[in-house]
Amino acid sequence: MTLLAIFGMALATYATRAGGFYLMRGVRVEGRLKTALDALPPAILMAVIAPTILATGIAETLAAAITVGAVLLRMPLVVTILTGVVSVVLLRMVV
Amino acid sequence: MSEAWREFREGAVDIAPILVAGVPIGLLWGTLAAGKGLSPLEAGLTSATVFAGSAQFVAIELWREPVPWVLLTFTVFIVNIRHILMGASLSRHIGHIGRRWHPLMMFLLVDEGWAFAERRALSQLLTASYYLGLTLPLVGVWTTASTIGAMAGRSLGDPAAYGFDFAFSAMFIGILAGFWKGPRTGAVLAASAVSAALAKLYVPGAWYIVIGGLAGVAIAALLHRDENTA
Repeated sequence: MTLLAIFGMALATYATRAGGFYLMRGVRVEGRLKTALDALPPAILMAVIAPTILATGIAETLAAAITVGAVLLRMPLVVTILTGVVSVVLLRMVV
Repeated sequence: MSEAWREFREGAVDIAPILVAGVPIGLLWGTLAAGKGLSPLEAGLTSATVFAGSAQFVAIELWREPVPWVLLTFTVFIVNIRHILMGASLSRHIGHIGRRWHPLMMFLLVDEGWAFAERRALSQLLTASYYLGLTLPLVGVWTTASTIGAMAGRSLGDPAAYGFDFAFSAMFIGILAGFWKGPRTGAVLAASAVSAALAKLYVPGAWYIVIGGLAGVAIAALLHRDENTA
């Protein structure tokens, strides 16, 4: 049953990965459609983390704001991630 | 050094910070999997073949005996539906890459690698070598960390105590910075964040990712002005 579940999950995931590639093949992308598709990467990334940073707790929301601060200071990605992780640990102690 | 190897190395260098952040996240998933009765081999096999962090976390949350494989398969499909949108977007940049590479490139399509590939495509031609440099280290590190996590099991303690559970969010915030193009990006992000958070609270299951993504895209389309067409 475990192997069946792993196989099912792998197949379902590959279907989503291959689906989009073939769906849009040969479609000319320009104008409004191009603007929409260009907005997709940031929109998806934001949607994945939004529940964590907006609807989990004050510590997570504040830590996210501090992480944005590190981004605005143009810190390297590793420093940005560390800033977020350290902030959330400290904030969870006090709030 | 050949051109392909140089491109591969550039991809690997770009993804290095993500690999560092990915280790604790993979360890965390492995310990959770072990807690649900998966062997290290099964945990590693899952990470190598499913290779989708958020879906794996949702799946392990639902894991129980007897293993509900239909529910798991369906849920993972829903969480990963965003790949269809991601693949559609990426397909615009790989037309010049030989078709024999496409099945492998699809298999390796994952949030972090895809985000860097899209960013690369903003400024230069996306090559298969660069893409593999991004994604092959990711699948290797993810699988290894998951397997070790499952071997270590509970002895690692609660990773949330070290803030590792937040590494995923901090990583995405850092990646998002590369997509900032002005106030319109802000509008897209706000629409996506608010709809995803609301959907997470009020819509059962994992639809919030797709709902947030589509809300952001809808705002971008609404704000579109023809003079901006490149």
